[in-house]
Amino acid sequence: MLNLEPEPGAALVADSRPAAPVLAAEHVSFRYGNDEVLHDVSLAVGAGEFAALAGPNGSGKSTLLRILLGLLPPSSGTVQAFGSEPRSLRDRWRVGYVPQRLRIAPDLPATVHEVVTSGRLPKQGWWRRARRSDREAVDHALESVALTDLRSRRMAELSGGQQQRVLIAKALAAEPELLVLDEPVAGVDVDAQGLFRDSLVHLVREHGAAVLLVSHELGAVADDLDHVIVLKRSVVFDGTPAELAATGVSLGVHRDDLPLWLEELRPEEWP
Amino acid sequence: MLGMPWALPWPFDREYMQLALLAGVVVGATAPLIGTFIVQRGMSLLGDGLGHVAVAGVGASLLLGTSPTWTALAVAVVAALLIEWLRTREAASGDLALALVFYGGIAAGVVLASRSATNTNLEPYLFGSILTATPGDVWTVVGLGAVIVIAIAIAGPALLAVVLDEDAARVAGIPARALNALLAVLTAVTVVAAMRIVGVLLVAALMVLPVATSRLLARSFRTTLLGAMAVGVISAVLGLAAARQWALAAGGTIVLVSALSFAVASLIVSVRRRGGVATPPADTGALLSGPH
Repeated sequence: MLNLEPEPGAALVADSRPAAPVLAAEHVSFRYGNDEVLHDVSLAVGAGEFAALAGPNGSGKSTLLRILLGLLPPSSGTVQAFGSEPRSLRDRWRVGYVPQRLRIAPDLPATVHEVVTSGRLPKQGWWRRARRSDREAVDHALESVALTDLRSRRMAELSGGQQQRVLIAKALAAEPELLVLDEPVAGVDVDAQGLFRDSLVHLVREHGAAVLLVSHELGAVADDLDHVIVLKRSVVFDGTPAELAATGVSLGVHRDDLPLWLEELRPEEWP
Repeated sequence: MLGMPWALPWPFDREYMQLALLAGVVVGATAPLIGTFIVQRGMSLLGDGLGHVAVAGVGASLLLGTSPTWTALAVAVVAALLIEWLRTREAASGDLALALVFYGGIAAGVVLASRSATNTNLEPYLFGSILTATPGDVWTVVGLGAVIVIAIAIAGPALLAVVLDEDAARVAGIPARALNALLAVLTAVTVVAAMRIVGVLLVAALMVLPVATSRLLARSFRTTLLGAMAVGVISAVLGLAAARQWALAAGGTIVLVSALSFAVASLIVSVRRRGGVATPPADTGALLSGPH
């Protein structure tokens, strides 16, 4: 059990913001009616950075994610992806998005290959026919998550972990420069988490892409992260895993404790 | 003889049967083509509702003396866009918004038709009357079918991306709202094209039943789509042949054949499953033969 006594909230937020971020939020707040879900959130993800946005359930992660992706306008504050507001970004393929789970109907007769191919459309141009380079990118995406052998399988026949990898391959097919993943390891077994980790590390190290992983559980990738942001309605920690470790918290070893220490990290002055 | 250089065998040896065959094949192929997308979007009954609305267009045309087809098309397209707009605005709960538009449509059709001075009634449009279609009617159907095929050839992959995950498609910059509106408009076009063939009351059946059949047997979205089109075309050909042979209503017969195809496909699937059970895997066999 951890016994973490945080310094006043602001002291935990080290200034680790990259000079030229691929994704940046400035003073973002969001209200549902009178309920303030997000309060003055600022964060930035640099090019080629493997970053994680952690926080317990109900910390506002999902809302922040929708705002960062341009699916939801913030009540106040600004978001920029590659220097543009997400919705007006010209090359939308530069931001890849992996949803929490497969949302397609279980009776949809779509194969792994068809789902991954649909992920290529933003890069290819949705009205264009696939060229050789498009087909190669799809093949590479399937290969990088070890799904080449399952390409002709129906989505409904796959396990939860396999479906998750299909969704990652779908996002990778557009060769994004920033990949945002929403709770990707929820309900996925340990072996599948290993494959999942490998595919993200491959993306960051081999393709130089930035990754923002939004999760309440970071065990699978704890050793690979460059940057950790902890959210609890506002940002309560922003720094490297080493800096987080210096506060007495290790993401890798105390996987099961993570929600506990998140409870401990509270900003001193709760707005 | 439609200017065709060949002679077709019975039952398509007469010109009116050839016209019916051409229109039936076009509608048999295009209704399931659009149907595959709307079934997967959980909007199976959109075709049925737009059929109701098309009746208002036919009623208005009887009163105004305009072309029933083009008037119905205009009304159905406007209604399709209205429904899509209500759906995205969440201005009314989904099915109530649909009910309002649909029943308002068919009621307006009946009232408008009752005010018209001509003897024409709504029945050919409600139940279809392909055997009385003129060459002009049939070429209109062919033209509308071509619009549908070209639109899906271009927008099909993007529509599939929206069907798979609308949020992800929007993040990726695929114009999901415009594509949803396009699908609604194409549904309206399909309904009007099929109106003279199977009638507005049965058009939704031709958009849904072949898809249900194909989905039982196909493995991919692509094969589902092509299979549904094949089932639709075969239903149209067999339905027309049966209608000629036994003097049946052509529209209803076509729909019955496609319903029959679903029953046959279900039977095939259940026989296949039973086949699987009849040969248990080796370890199960060992378990069964083990000591008790």
